[in-house]
Amino acid sequence: MSRLALVGLGLLLALPLVIEAPYYTDTASQILIAAVFAASLNLLVGYGGLVSLGHAAYLGTAAYLTAYLSVTVGLGHGTAIVLALLATAAMAAAFGLLALRASGIGFLMITLALGQTLWGVAYRWVGVTGGDNGIVGVTRPAPFGLDLSAPKPFYACVLIGFLIAMAAIAAFVRSGLGASLMGSRDQPRRMRMLGHNVWLVQWISFVLAGFWAAVAGIGFVYYHAFVSPHVLALTNSAEVLLMVIAGGAGTLLGPLVGAALVVILKNVVSAYVVRWMMLLGLVFLAIVVFMPEGLAPGARALLGRLRARPTARE
Amino acid sequence: MTLGFFLIQGLNALALGGLLFLLSSGFSLIFGLMRIANLTHGAYFMLGAYVGLSVLRAGFGFGLAVLAGGAAMALLGGAVERGVLRRLGDRPLAQVLVTLGLSFIIADLCLMLWTGDPMPLPAPAALRGPLRLFGFAFPSYRVFVVAVALVVALALWLLLERTRLGAMVRAGVDDMEMARGLGIPVRRLFLIVFCLGSALAGMGGVLGGPILSVYPGLDGDMLPLALVVVILGGIGSLIGAFVGSFVTGAVYTFGQALLPELAYIILFLPMIVMLAIRPGGLFGRRVA
Amino acid sequence: MTASALEIRALRKQFGGLPAVDGVDLRVPAGDRRLILGPNGAGKTTLFSLITGELKPSAGTIRLFGDDITGIAPYDCARRGLARTYQILTLFPRNTLRENVVLALLGLSPLRLDPLTPLARRRELAERALETLRLVGLERLADRPLAATAYGEKRRLEIALALAQQPRLLLLDEPLAGLSREERRDLQTLIESIPRSITIVLIEHDMDTALSLADSITVMQHGRVLVEGTRAAVVADPRVREVYLVG
Repeated sequence: MSRLALVGLGLLLALPLVIEAPYYTDTASQILIAAVFAASLNLLVGYGGLVSLGHAAYLGTAAYLTAYLSVTVGLGHGTAIVLALLATAAMAAAFGLLALRASGIGFLMITLALGQTLWGVAYRWVGVTGGDNGIVGVTRPAPFGLDLSAPKPFYACVLIGFLIAMAAIAAFVRSGLGASLMGSRDQPRRMRMLGHNVWLVQWISFVLAGFWAAVAGIGFVYYHAFVSPHVLALTNSAEVLLMVIAGGAGTLLGPLVGAALVVILKNVVSAYVVRWMMLLGLVFLAIVVFMPEGLAPGARALLGRLRARPTARE
Repeated sequence: MTLGFFLIQGLNALALGGLLFLLSSGFSLIFGLMRIANLTHGAYFMLGAYVGLSVLRAGFGFGLAVLAGGAAMALLGGAVERGVLRRLGDRPLAQVLVTLGLSFIIADLCLMLWTGDPMPLPAPAALRGPLRLFGFAFPSYRVFVVAVALVVALALWLLLERTRLGAMVRAGVDDMEMARGLGIPVRRLFLIVFCLGSALAGMGGVLGGPILSVYPGLDGDMLPLALVVVILGGIGSLIGAFVGSFVTGAVYTFGQALLPELAYIILFLPMIVMLAIRPGGLFGRRVA
Repeated sequence: MTASALEIRALRKQFGGLPAVDGVDLRVPAGDRRLILGPNGAGKTTLFSLITGELKPSAGTIRLFGDDITGIAPYDCARRGLARTYQILTLFPRNTLRENVVLALLGLSPLRLDPLTPLARRRELAERALETLRLVGLERLADRPLAATAYGEKRRLEIALALAQQPRLLLLDEPLAGLSREERRDLQTLIESIPRSITIVLIEHDMDTALSLADSITVMQHGRVLVEGTRAAVVADPRVREVYLVG
């Protein structure tokens, strides 16, 4: 990325710290949280060629666990966060074992089914999740005594989290594991013949993707100060997939761009009381119609990835 | 845990299994033949139910409501297949996005047209009372649902095994290249199967109304169940859909009765076990 | 007696009712240049896939330098010194030639599961990749994206990826497919230059080149070994002439 563009981006990210309109600073926080969420899915979709429709499961579980542990159980924020991240990563490890029994559409269907399980559980396990009402009254942590209830300090915290997440993901992309993941996306058969354990590469990536989605979930629950089953709904998984696609799958900054587009669109839309779900559906149709060759750099490979496995003749 | 408990829950399990069969047989056939994971399928179930509800409210009979739900979904499914899915050819990601997008659009339309209140869909008067057998009282409607599901299963089986159309479908599910090579009218076949699958979902929605009621989110509840059944039973297999539906119905019903808050997790256990042991499912083509 | 590079006993593979490989016995001594010939459908590529573990045999055993590798996963076979090229190119389309080779080198390196260390910092990988490209005469094009290379160069890269693994046994599946006469001669020189520390088993249709490369030949038909022997013996065998009349 050119130096000028990098400086420009830095300025853009710093802007919400200085302007005096809390609405914009809040929106910026939303965007960065969504960007981390999208970046985590991008690991799977863009770099791994594994299209998941159940990624909200990790954001939502971490959000619920943080809320439950801090509000209902009464643990300190630090403990709640650590436990939520660990538990969600463990869940990603388990779900990854199941989802990676398949590839392509099978993988997609399993991730969808798993995500919907959690959504259903959130509605029904009223004792723990509060059912339809969710868990309210989540307070923001005060690291080193800093008060995060105001938009700007909260944004500063979110910005730091965002930069750390992006640095880690960038490191991953440039690492041996990242190269192995991308190689497995493009030529899994060849990779196996070269000595790579493709399944292991994909599974580790799946867990990492779940972990970073969990990090976004922590930001999410503290931003909204509450969590409800909607965070686990299929629409949420679909939205984050849209962010990845719209911003450019398989690029480092794509998720930020996609997150900005979707968050701003969503906020604008709700301001005019147009129906978001309908719009989301129409956007998906529009993407297919207007970008027939695929949606972003590397989408062509994505299309090949999703081809359901041929019957055992190979 | 009396005998009565088991019998009643057993009937509930069978009824749920029957509904799941109506939902997932179409999904499985569409996926098996056309290689499309029709994520709109849950929405067809729900929209069919709403259509049936409106037909009932307009004063018509239950039978007509079921047919209306099925017919409406057959028409909608046909329009979608011909107008949209056909143009996508062999582009799986595009198909996923389209069917997903459609499910959101339909869900929101239902919200607009029928509001967000959950609505009971009343069973026909003749089936509201109990059916007395062997000293037990069984809800007649559930017996009816099981009967309908069995009849539909038999009809589908006859269609697939004994008709020319069915033979073409089976050939297409087995080996599409060969089927095309043999001159099978693949496009027409796709349209027919898609309409049939959608109609089954729509009818299932109406038939399920008295048991599940009709509410926003019904589509989101039903879609993963179709996925679970197909993962269990294998794709493109009628027997797989049949067995998978009733196993899932049994697991959920008994789980619900014994551990209500966690029943939803139990619902997915057979799927998890199957994925761990035998990713191909019991019958039919592999999901995994 | 030293272990053969490859020893196959009674190998069978059924697809439904059809035996693609129907009781094959094969012994390739270390350092040999073995050519597998046969008409289409004879089971040659299936045989390769069975050796590499991409397919699981229905029956029989496969030994690599004495170790039983029957049915073990391809990545495991690779770790034991087995490498393979493909008839249809399986290169990495979005990478440069050097990056392609790095991916091959990574397969046997602990870095392949490292999520933090930047690959670029590992100069030795880039150096070794360049060395491998030099072996196949592609070092000038090291930083050229794959899309910007000619088909003949891609075929060389296909072999380079296999050589990067420093294998003991190399399976070449129609390495000359689709090449012009001149390109075939170049590639023949390349294959001839591979040291005898690497045993080669080769499937090829181009008779001239293949025959000159081979020490010994195994002819397959209908999933079975029809004839086996030295070049001269096989070429003269009337059964081979009858079955396989390709020039």
